[in-house]
Amino acid sequence: MDGIHDMGGMQGWGIVPFDPTEAAFTAGWEGRAFAISLLSMNRLTGQNLDAMRHALERLHPLEYLRNGYYGRWLLMAETLLTDSGVIAEGAVDARARKLRGDDVTEPPDPVLNKPDYTATGPGSLRPVDDPPRFKVGEQVRAKDIHPAGHTRLPRYVRGRVGTVQRIQPSALLPDTNAHFLGENPQHCYGVAFDSTELWGSEAEPFVLHIDLFDSYLEAPLENQP
Amino acid sequence: MSPVPAPSDLPVELRTEALESILVEKGLVDPAVLDKFVKTYAEDVGPLNGAKVVARAWTDPEYKARLLEDGTAAIAELGFKGPQGECIVVLENTPTRHHLVVCTLCSCYPWPVLGLPPTWYKDPAYRSRAVREPRALLAEFGLELGPEVEIKVFDSSSEVRYMVLPERPAGTDGMSEEELVSLVTREAMTGVAKTKAPA
Repeated sequence: MDGIHDMGGMQGWGIVPFDPTEAAFTAGWEGRAFAISLLSMNRLTGQNLDAMRHALERLHPLEYLRNGYYGRWLLMAETLLTDSGVIAEGAVDARARKLRGDDVTEPPDPVLNKPDYTATGPGSLRPVDDPPRFKVGEQVRAKDIHPAGHTRLPRYVRGRVGTVQRIQPSALLPDTNAHFLGENPQHCYGVAFDSTELWGSEAEPFVLHIDLFDSYLEAPLENQP
Repeated sequence: MSPVPAPSDLPVELRTEALESILVEKGLVDPAVLDKFVKTYAEDVGPLNGAKVVARAWTDPEYKARLLEDGTAAIAELGFKGPQGECIVVLENTPTRHHLVVCTLCSCYPWPVLGLPPTWYKDPAYRSRAVREPRALLAEFGLELGPEVEIKVFDSSSEVRYMVLPERPAGTDGMSEEELVSLVTREAMTGVAKTKAPA
């Protein structure tokens, strides 16, 4: 989906805040939110890593940004737990108000609704029998597609032509796996784009390298007018 | 799919406590297990792991060759593996080629060698600008690269994770592998800094 998470190339964010001495967790709640989120993925909800990333993307843009990385992780955990019927919608808010001393009625437990998914292997790497469609050195175009669901094809490379640099290990396709529509293993290519192809002739000179799945790519002259 | 949580004006600390309280009450989460997760990532899994990999590569040419050929396996030789380390590719910086690592879509980062990502890596300014104006961005980090240096930016969009092997600084010939470890920062291993010799 074309959401707030797809930040590559956006302008207006200013200077990067930098503190080289920063600890892993800058506040106590961040560590708790991190640990709860990790458990909320597979163990508690039966969801997977791609569904987890998509839960982040589905947050309202203001909520995505409001409390930083671990703030959105907390909301992501809540989303996964609600999706799988482990906790009720509104349960966290009700409990928080109760902890604060408000007189609130907490919502009843929902019906458990975990996705029907068993991973076919550990992690995300999966074998693919057919040989890769593209070779190292071959030109490819990132498709100009705008799926409503999860994808790892960012906006800033869509429609642009690059060169295959590496054949990466084949892996399950996040686009389908996030929605429990199958692992759909595919070849994955490390593709290099010249900065001027992405940002125009005035761009700083550099090369952008990004890993793209087979179904994100087409031959440069395919589907062109 | 159900809707995502409605915006709430309650403080994030309180909402975190509330979610933990619900999961503990249901018997789904043991607070001691959460403590262990927090301690592991606060203290044990951090950039010191990556620094050990870099120092080994600087002092052992055969190890360096294995590291550049198959990062995951060479890093596992030192005992580092785990979540977000399924496939780690190591990128060698040289006087004429500089690598920079980013994840524009979320904040993917090689946890087993660098730990959890720091705030700057997760910041929208870093995620947006690294793939558009890396040279200007690096200058703000205090790293001015001459026009002869080719910049390669790696956007971590798949499950492949990237770690930079920085150049060994001049003037460190007499240093032991252990001493070299202390010079290597997470910033150097993501490409926003160079490694410096001790003053």
